Formats: sequence, C-alpha cells, structure tokens
Amino acid sequence: MPIEVRVPTILRTYTGGSKAVETTGANVAEAIDNLEDAHTGIKERLVQDDQVRRFINVYVNDEDIRFSGGLRTELSDGDVVVILPAVAGGSA
Amino acid sequence: MRYDSLLDSVGGTPLVGLPALSASDDVRLWAKLEDRNPTGSIKDRAALAMIVRAEEQGLLRPGCTILEPTSGNTGISLAMVATLRGYHLVCVMPENTSVERRQLLDMWGAEIISSPAAGGSNEAVRVAKQIAAEHPDWVMLYQYGNPANADAHYAGTAPEILADLPTVTHFVGGLGTTGTLMGVGRFFREHKPEVRIVAAEPRYGELVYGLRNLDEGFVPELYDAALIDGRFSVGPRDAVRRVRELLQAEGIFAGISTGAILHAALAQAAKAVKAGERADIVFVVCDGGWKYLSTGAYEGTVEEAAERLDGQLWA
Repeated sequence: MPIEVRVPTILRTYTGGSKAVETTGANVAEAIDNLEDAHTGIKERLVQDDQVRRFINVYVNDEDIRFSGGLRTELSDGDVVVILPAVAGGSA
Repeated sequence: MRYDSLLDSVGGTPLVGLPALSASDDVRLWAKLEDRNPTGSIKDRAALAMIVRAEEQGLLRPGCTILEPTSGNTGISLAMVATLRGYHLVCVMPENTSVERRQLLDMWGAEIISSPAAGGSNEAVRVAKQIAAEHPDWVMLYQYGNPANADAHYAGTAPEILADLPTVTHFVGGLGTTGTLMGVGRFFREHKPEVRIVAAEPRYGELVYGLRNLDEGFVPELYDAALIDGRFSVGPRDAVRRVRELLQAEGIFAGISTGAILHAALAQAAKAVKAGERADIVFVVCDGGWKYLSTGAYEGTVEEAAERLDGQLWA
C-alpha cells in the first residue's frame, strides 16, 4: 500500500484538483520529493530551508511531525499524511 | 465548599479517575473536570485572570467596553465576569458556531458581531483587530496573546493537578489559544520536567481551511513549541466516537473538543502499555456537552454525527 497524502484546497492547483494523492517514501522528506516529481511546485509551498514552513502543519497518522522527527519522520505503507494550514482552533 | 462570591469559586476543579477507560492499574486515565467552573468551561480561568490583570494595569475602569474574538466559550466566561465587574462586552464570533453559544452570550448581555464562517477563528481574530483599531477606547484582552491566559493555568490548573496526583506522567489538553498548554507546560517544565505535555487540536472541515493563505497562517502569540512534546490533529469522527465512549463508560457528558483530547490521551495510554511503562495520564474536560446539543454530535451514528459537524466550528 502506498502512502496517502491529503492536500488542502489551497494546494490543489498542484494536484489537478485532487483532495488526496498517493506517493511513496521511507520518510516525509522522501515522500515530498516524490510528490514534487508528480506535482511540480508543491515542495516549495511546503518546505523552506529543509524544514516545514511556519504556517504549514504536516501530520503523520494525526501526529504533528514537528514533534516526531520533522521531515525525517519515518513512514510505513498505509500511513496517512495530512497537510493543513495553521489555524487557531480549540474552544477559544 | 464555601466561597465569598461566584468569582472566588473559579478553579479548584475535581480530578476524577476513569477506571473503565484506563488500560490497567499501571496505566491510568484521569479527567480534570473544568466543566465544574461557573459558566461550565475552562475558559473561566483565563477570562477572570485577563480581566483582573487588566484592572491591575489600569487598562480597565468600570463602564469600559471589552472586545474579544472568540468561538464563544471565552466570550461566555468574559460575559459572566464582565457583568459582575461592571463592563460591557463585545464578542467577535464566527457565524458557524453553535446556537447555544449565541443564546448564552445574549443572556449575559454581551453584544455579538459575526465574522464570516470561512476561516473560522482566524477570521474572527482579523475582524476583531480591525474593530479594535476603529475603537481605540475599547479594551481588547486578546486571549491568543495575553500572558494572563497562560498564567491562569500556570498558577491554577497545573499545581492543582500536581497536588492531587504527584505521580502524574502526562498532561493532555486542547490547543486553541494555546493558553492551557503553555501555562501547564511551563509549570511542569519547572516543577516536574518528566511530565509529557501533549496537545490535541481539532481538525475541521474544508470550509474552515479552504481559504487560508499558507503564507499568512495564524499561530497564537502565546504559542511556544518548546513547551509541548507532542501534538495531535483529531478529526470529528474520532472526537465524536470518544465523547460518546466517555459518556457510556464513565458517565461524563462532555463537549466535542474533549472527545478530541481523550483521543490523544488514549493514544498516550496505548504507547505506555506497548512500552511496558507506568502512566498517570491527566486530560482536560474543557466543558460539558450542553452547548453542543444543537450540533447533532450526540444523535444517530458516529458517521452521521461527524458529517453534520463538517463546516461547523465544533470545538
């Protein structure tokens, strides 16, 4: 099973309108590189100076990768990667 | 227990064990019942602390107007405190929040300015900042950047937990303004640094994220990533599933965001079991389920409820 990547509306111009695309990779950095091969331009919107951009959150199976190894976070077949813009939330 | 006034009764909430949801005698779950605060929400702590701080700083005098962007819960808490202290309150609230929150704000005499649903709380913050610029005499307490918000949890929530449960290993809270996690996180970093601080944030539907510009996202000014150890994004399906488990297994009727927090707490429990480690996991019950009945979260199947929540600011 490949890795499923869920793409926010604002980045769907790179995926031909698709909400979710499939890719492969042993970690998040590899998955994003493979994503870039198929959807040119998307990497620059996600990564800056080898880090996830400030206002982007990337989750592997619901856990924010900033706390689980960053772009080096390992991936396994069937993992779900969710990309989201940073928003205020919670019961504020 | 006796208090001189309602405001004196804020905080000091019960910490209750959850024997049915706990994995074993070694991996235990504990609920901090913040719904026991005067307006039924953890936000009473921040609201009271921010108003008291502003009074001390001479920013608020009787008759002043307070302005605040809120999804409703902080607004309700502020409205309660403002009524008792003699202030007028104007709330900027996204239009896709539950009707109960509007009704409660109305009852407490607050004025509501609606902000567009698209963009959720971010948009409310933007609109409130604009209104603040037009009304320089109004006082915006600004829960996303007001240190008194986090300080309320540093001085209250966290030491209460440590006193009640010295063996605590994890704290799991909701991430919105980030005030709870920043205050509790800072306290434990100083007093018991081995306690793991875990954040659960709600993952909303496309309506809330759809229009966000990725270069101008929003991270609350209070937020310091160094104070947390893990961060989970929880969708409505898991939040609804967990909030129902909490009711059925332990009898606690909580709001939907508490379901998201419990989901992250149970993930910590599963990790502890797998690692063969002892754990005392405290999570926050932010508020009761009353304000969310109209969202449909408690009716029909989990799938039906999750579908109804799409597009709503359910946390």
